[in-house]
Amino acid sequence: MFKVFTDFADWLVFGVFNLSAQTKLGDALHFFVEDVSKIFVLLVVMIYVIALLRASLNIEAVRDYLAGKHRGIGYVLGSSFGVITPFCSCSSIPVFLGFTSAGIPVGITMAFLITSPLINEVAILLLMSLLGWKFTLIYIFIGMTIGILGGFFLDSIKAERWLKSFAAKALQQGQQAQNDNKNSKHKKDVSLQKLTMKERHQFAKNEAKDIFLRVWKWVFIGVGLGAALHGFVPDGWLQQHLGAGQWWSVPAAVLLGIPLYSNATGVIPVMESLLNNGLPIGTTLAFCMSTVAASFPEFILLKQVMQWRLLAVFFVMLLVAFTLVGWVFNFLTPYL
Amino acid sequence: MKEIKVLGTGCTKCKNTVAVIEKVAAEKNIAINLEKVEDPAQIMTYAVMSTPAVVVDGEVVHKGSVPSTDDVAAFL
Repeated sequence: MFKVFTDFADWLVFGVFNLSAQTKLGDALHFFVEDVSKIFVLLVVMIYVIALLRASLNIEAVRDYLAGKHRGIGYVLGSSFGVITPFCSCSSIPVFLGFTSAGIPVGITMAFLITSPLINEVAILLLMSLLGWKFTLIYIFIGMTIGILGGFFLDSIKAERWLKSFAAKALQQGQQAQNDNKNSKHKKDVSLQKLTMKERHQFAKNEAKDIFLRVWKWVFIGVGLGAALHGFVPDGWLQQHLGAGQWWSVPAAVLLGIPLYSNATGVIPVMESLLNNGLPIGTTLAFCMSTVAASFPEFILLKQVMQWRLLAVFFVMLLVAFTLVGWVFNFLTPYL
Repeated sequence: MKEIKVLGTGCTKCKNTVAVIEKVAAEKNIAINLEKVEDPAQIMTYAVMSTPAVVVDGEVVHKGSVPSTDDVAAFL
């Protein structure tokens, strides 16, 4: 199915540019053209199809569904909805406040907000086509686990103490309202929007355009990095110098990921090229998850609803989680 | 004079929303009082969870995306 992209790269690089497959430049350029064209087509098609299917799932429905759920199941549900709900990081504050004022515990809200950027449907499909289903399952499992445990941890340290006062007040009122509802046995209907085919198409078209414009440069960077490594860095160099043997390479990768900021879809090509060039799986995961989930823009956004203390706890928690993921996977790789 | 508020925490989409509304209002010669609301506590009072959102005379008329020029023409 993907052979058409190889043919296209053959034609462009060896035919039009007249480069030889034996030269480093020819080899690297061929890799670049093949991968970029493949990922671009996959992206646009997949985003469109998925958006078509989930056009009617909106964040309000998720909130109503989560409100009043038992905590234990709440973390799992919050994290699962994080996977399937369309989400843009600029909406994270309104979502946080919307959930909070519905009386949903901070931990469940954060389980949603941690998982949401890490995993989305487009990222899952892209992962499957580039890195195989086994790696995809590992990725989803870790992303959700971090969200679920992170949420649980935040609730167990009573993170709501360190919300900004207006947010804490909203949470209190929400929980009060929830209790009143329980007593009156009144249940709110959770309904999905009804959409016509034309509205779905419009939504999907906008999504495809939106996401593509956001991530195309990351695809260029990721694949470009891959092409450079592929053509110019000797095989095994990365493995030798940044391999699983160097314990410090994982925290270093996490720290390096903080100033970098990309969404999950954009970071996957980077992941592919790092893995294919022999960077250990744990180090790669740590770097990519840190790039996606821990960033300065996110920090500044969350500052609007959290006190410094909670913000610091939250970020340290993420960094520790990513580092542990990296170490555990580097350690386990020989046994997988 | 219509009181219009654009709710959003300051991303590009919110700026684009303001631009679209200004453009359509100018084209149709409608006098508006446009205000950008970035304070999360205020946004919360409109119970909006996906931004950018547009509020006309106190009522939320659009949310979750940059409105098209047609959308804007409809609620102006």
